[in-house]
Amino acid sequence: MTERHREIIVPERDLKSELRRRTRRDFLIAGVAAAGGIGAYEWVRHSKREDDVPWPQRRVLDFNRKLSEAYLSDSHLMPSYSRDRVEHLKPNGDIGLDPGVDLRNWRVQVSADDGPLVNVPVADLQSLPRVEMITRFCCIEGWSAVAYWGGPRFSEFTRRYFPRGRKLPSYVYMATVGEDYYVGLDMKSAMHPQTLLAYEQNGEPLKPEHGAPLRLAIPVKYGIKNIKRIGIVKYTDEKPGDYWAEEGYDWFAGL
Amino acid sequence: MPSLKLKHLVAVRWFHWINFPLLFLMIWSGVLIYWAYPIYSIGPFHFFPAWFYSALHIDHRLAEGMALHFFFMWLFVANGILYVAYTIISGEWRMLVPRSLAAFRDAWYVALHDLHLRRDAPPQGKYNAAQQVSYTAIVLMGAASVLSGLAIYKPAQLGWLAALFGGYRGARLAHFVLTVGYVLFFVVHVAQVALAGWNNFRGMVIGYEIEDHPALAAETRVSQ
Repeated sequence: MTERHREIIVPERDLKSELRRRTRRDFLIAGVAAAGGIGAYEWVRHSKREDDVPWPQRRVLDFNRKLSEAYLSDSHLMPSYSRDRVEHLKPNGDIGLDPGVDLRNWRVQVSADDGPLVNVPVADLQSLPRVEMITRFCCIEGWSAVAYWGGPRFSEFTRRYFPRGRKLPSYVYMATVGEDYYVGLDMKSAMHPQTLLAYEQNGEPLKPEHGAPLRLAIPVKYGIKNIKRIGIVKYTDEKPGDYWAEEGYDWFAGL
Repeated sequence: MPSLKLKHLVAVRWFHWINFPLLFLMIWSGVLIYWAYPIYSIGPFHFFPAWFYSALHIDHRLAEGMALHFFFMWLFVANGILYVAYTIISGEWRMLVPRSLAAFRDAWYVALHDLHLRRDAPPQGKYNAAQQVSYTAIVLMGAASVLSGLAIYKPAQLGWLAALFGGYRGARLAHFVLTVGYVLFFVVHVAQVALAGWNNFRGMVIGYEIEDHPALAAETRVSQ
């Protein structure tokens, strides 16, 4: 576009009407566009809710999840820290941590879609290679703390207890014994090298408020997925339910 | 003889007015998210005082804020990228970007002039130097917001990006400070528009401003 076309020259007596014509037209377009925008927004916000999120937004969260999952890699690691960087970790949630259960003889019920696989005494996990990991624990609320975990990788656990030669399903479901708290995980995140079944924190056995005797330490997910006091592990091809996703949060919640 | 002069290209006007509600929604949903861990303050001023949350009913809406933020981020980013691409392709960037170090000095003079602390404003093209600096800065801030946002969003997958902002906490702080920057920009921008008057504001909607320019009018007689 040349400068020449950027100027409209009309006789002075017509200038006002030309200006008025353009003003009327363009403000009308602006008004219609604004109404359309507000209408679209209202439509999105009042759409039928799926797990407490209007479905168009839920679709976008799922799309974001697909992108994140495609990019997720075992070589993309949460940074590790030295021991002197470990911080106090606030025990934020206590759902499913009812007192008065026998933590010493704790067993994890492992199953797949076609039925139970094995009940693993938590003491048996000591025989799996123990990994120590000092990583940032990120709460979905926005705070974070450098946490120090010890325990086997979930991938080792799977190698040991999921039948060899069978195709690994797409998801893992983990829950407290009464299923008061439960999380759904994509298999890629579950098998990530930084995903631990932690029985230790700060070099000591897990404290009850932090999920004794066994919890998930999964720094590639928000804290809401780091389920405490795991009683149930299920390998499944059906997308599992998730406590906080049902309250309107992103199901993937990956970092 | 007065004429109507095209000031803002139609695409630029659309980008601008689409950005306005999108940025508003990003800030609004950002505040819904920030509420869950509101730690920043400057001296005695806390971001934000309790009355702010209660007056605007911001409390306990973290999930809603996240679902909005990660929905509208796509539109906000797409609009921003298209705007930048368009200013490059159309050549409009030449008028928007400060082209020399002198522009920064001139921007300071413009600010002093606007504050009535300096008599003359430096000579300018379509945009004065202060506009060039701030309209370019706001685009760079947008890019920094997207990058710091990505760093908080995926600190494991994009660990290098978080490191660039001094880690996860640094990225969150940068993301917040940039947002405060938009609010300050908005306040000054709206004040300037109010002072500049109706002809200028209307120009951002219809594209044209009335201009008295007899010499040019005589040589380029393009009627419509």
